[in-house]
Amino acid sequence: MSDLQSPASTGTAGKASDDAPVKATAGGDAPSGPATSGRSFLPQSTLLRHLLVLAVCAVLAVVILEITSPFQNSQLATLTYYAIAAGGLTVLTGMNGQISLGHGALMAAGAYTTALFLDAEEPLPLPVILLAAVVVATAIGALVGVAAARLHGPYLAGATLALAVGLPGLAIYFHDVFGGEQGLRVRAPQSPEWFDGFIDAVSGNSASSTKWLAYVGAICLLITYFFLANLIRSRIGRTWRAVRDQEVAAELAGINLGAWRVLAFVVSAAAAGLAGGVLAIVVRLAAPSGFTIVLSLALLTAIVIGGLGSLVGALLGSALLVFLPPFVTNLGGDFGLSQTEAAQLAPFVYGVVLIVVMIFVPAGFVGTIRLRWMTRKAKRAMAQAGADGASSRG
Amino acid sequence: MGPLAQPTGSQRTPEKTPTARLEMTGINVAFGGVLALTDVSVTVEPGQVHGLIGPNGAGKTTLFNVACGLVRPTSGRIVWRGEEMRRLKPSKLTSLGIARTLQGVGLFPGMTVLENVMVGAHRHARAGFASALFALPTSDKDERLLRERAMRALTELNAAHYAGRYPGSLPYPVQKRVALARALVAEPELLLLDEPASGLSEDEMHELGELIRSVVGRMSVLLVEHHMDLVMRVCDRITVLDSGKQIAAGTPAEVQADPAVTEAYLGDAVDSETDAAELTHAEGGRPHA
Repeated sequence: MSDLQSPASTGTAGKASDDAPVKATAGGDAPSGPATSGRSFLPQSTLLRHLLVLAVCAVLAVVILEITSPFQNSQLATLTYYAIAAGGLTVLTGMNGQISLGHGALMAAGAYTTALFLDAEEPLPLPVILLAAVVVATAIGALVGVAAARLHGPYLAGATLALAVGLPGLAIYFHDVFGGEQGLRVRAPQSPEWFDGFIDAVSGNSASSTKWLAYVGAICLLITYFFLANLIRSRIGRTWRAVRDQEVAAELAGINLGAWRVLAFVVSAAAAGLAGGVLAIVVRLAAPSGFTIVLSLALLTAIVIGGLGSLVGALLGSALLVFLPPFVTNLGGDFGLSQTEAAQLAPFVYGVVLIVVMIFVPAGFVGTIRLRWMTRKAKRAMAQAGADGASSRG
Repeated sequence: MGPLAQPTGSQRTPEKTPTARLEMTGINVAFGGVLALTDVSVTVEPGQVHGLIGPNGAGKTTLFNVACGLVRPTSGRIVWRGEEMRRLKPSKLTSLGIARTLQGVGLFPGMTVLENVMVGAHRHARAGFASALFALPTSDKDERLLRERAMRALTELNAAHYAGRYPGSLPYPVQKRVALARALVAEPELLLLDEPASGLSEDEMHELGELIRSVVGRMSVLLVEHHMDLVMRVCDRITVLDSGKQIAAGTPAEVQADPAVTEAYLGDAVDSETDAAELTHAEGGRPHA
């Protein structure tokens, strides 16, 4: 659903395959801009190009949401908030090489903000509330990011883990405001009239509340990925990757490592905040049990399976996260397992998929495809250079 | 050189006579109780190539790090552009007009050659976060300018046809040229080269020498290098260090004639007539790329 041209970087994943680290890393990254002109029929302007992709994806989203059942609509709504958070994490982990186990907590910040604002007598308009969720999560992300910028690898993971464990605890401590273990019930926002008219005109389906929430999620997802793709394609994305690849060289090029790390953390926190807001209205509940460490880990596995550094990969990984468990449970039921047994099968299969991916396609789905493509292109370029000899110079 | 010193088309910046002088006086550096440098004074004159040589452990790299503010001297003064240099972060170097290459190459493996060099032009970037977030035309224009700048640097180093390739797939000497382009694209007034010739063949070293001579019209160069013939050919002045002490300084001819130098390199058993240029010694082992 995102910009198909968004660069995929497999910096970290690439390093996991010891046999061809250079190739793997190189294969994962697309240039931050068109390296060589020509061959492109898309507009030169990044904005126009990304708006074009955005429009196509918006149409696709409407089609998908209208041909699927209400139950699938709600599944897709779940997908949107996972994908939003995973997209933000892609920037942090894929582009900038930082690991965060605390994004579940940042989502909680967004979710509780949304829940509290929607609880008002006269709630503000939904976009304003979601924006507030983004702002709160961004502020927390900035605080954590400043501390995290000095930490690396396992230490950073540890520090963000503390966030994941500690922040939901606050909800229990201040139970008067946040509702303790029970959490806060979220009043689902009503769909506006224009939406009913729109759905009626497009497909004639009934514009249910579930459908409205799925659309809210899809709109948020598209907007998030549009902005993230813009950043990834720009100097900002390139600088993040420079910091990830070679700290010393980046520093000597005049890049303030700490500031750029904090920036990556803040951007990903903003996405997590929005994801939390969408989660709150889709699930209609903001409770500590919804933001455990499992959520943070699930997001990380999603981006690793999809392909680190790629927005499309983040989307695919999230889709697997949402659709695989019910699929496996159904399959188990078909094979005569009891309800409980079938439900227990899902995490097992998910683990197996993760292991298989790590062994056979360590760069993730998108990373591997891109890698293949880059290798072929490089081979062709090599052959070309060999044939042309010196004449190819300049 | 500000953003306005930007030529169009031609690959050479309009000659601007370099005026910045780097003066290091009475530098002492101690790591714990170990004296790494004792009372060393080096002045890199504008538009000159200054060589820094000496046996292993002589303190060359330490002095080099002092020159770019990475190591704080225990005592002594460093004056750059007429102002005393305080302790500074490495990321502030380029904005002071100092560019530095790393021993080895230190390219970003996950980025194309062009992108690598574009990162080097970081200080010339003008478009900020907001324009990138909204993909505004200013961001596109800024990217185009950076790309052109990077391509000019690559063209100057005869590496433009590698622009779309990834560093890992390129021969080591080409990687070194790209690393040099990344330093040059920042348009520094002082270029610090850390063993640029390591791993190069005779011919490539010769090319490198000519290249260094060609950039001194625009900047001064401080060079740490083991290959004596290269140092003798390209340097205007040379400082010789041994065990943290300055044992000789002067023009290549003066240094070569200095008996203290040959002694430092080969010990006193050697005939002092031995030409230092023949001492291109053991260090030339090719570091792995």
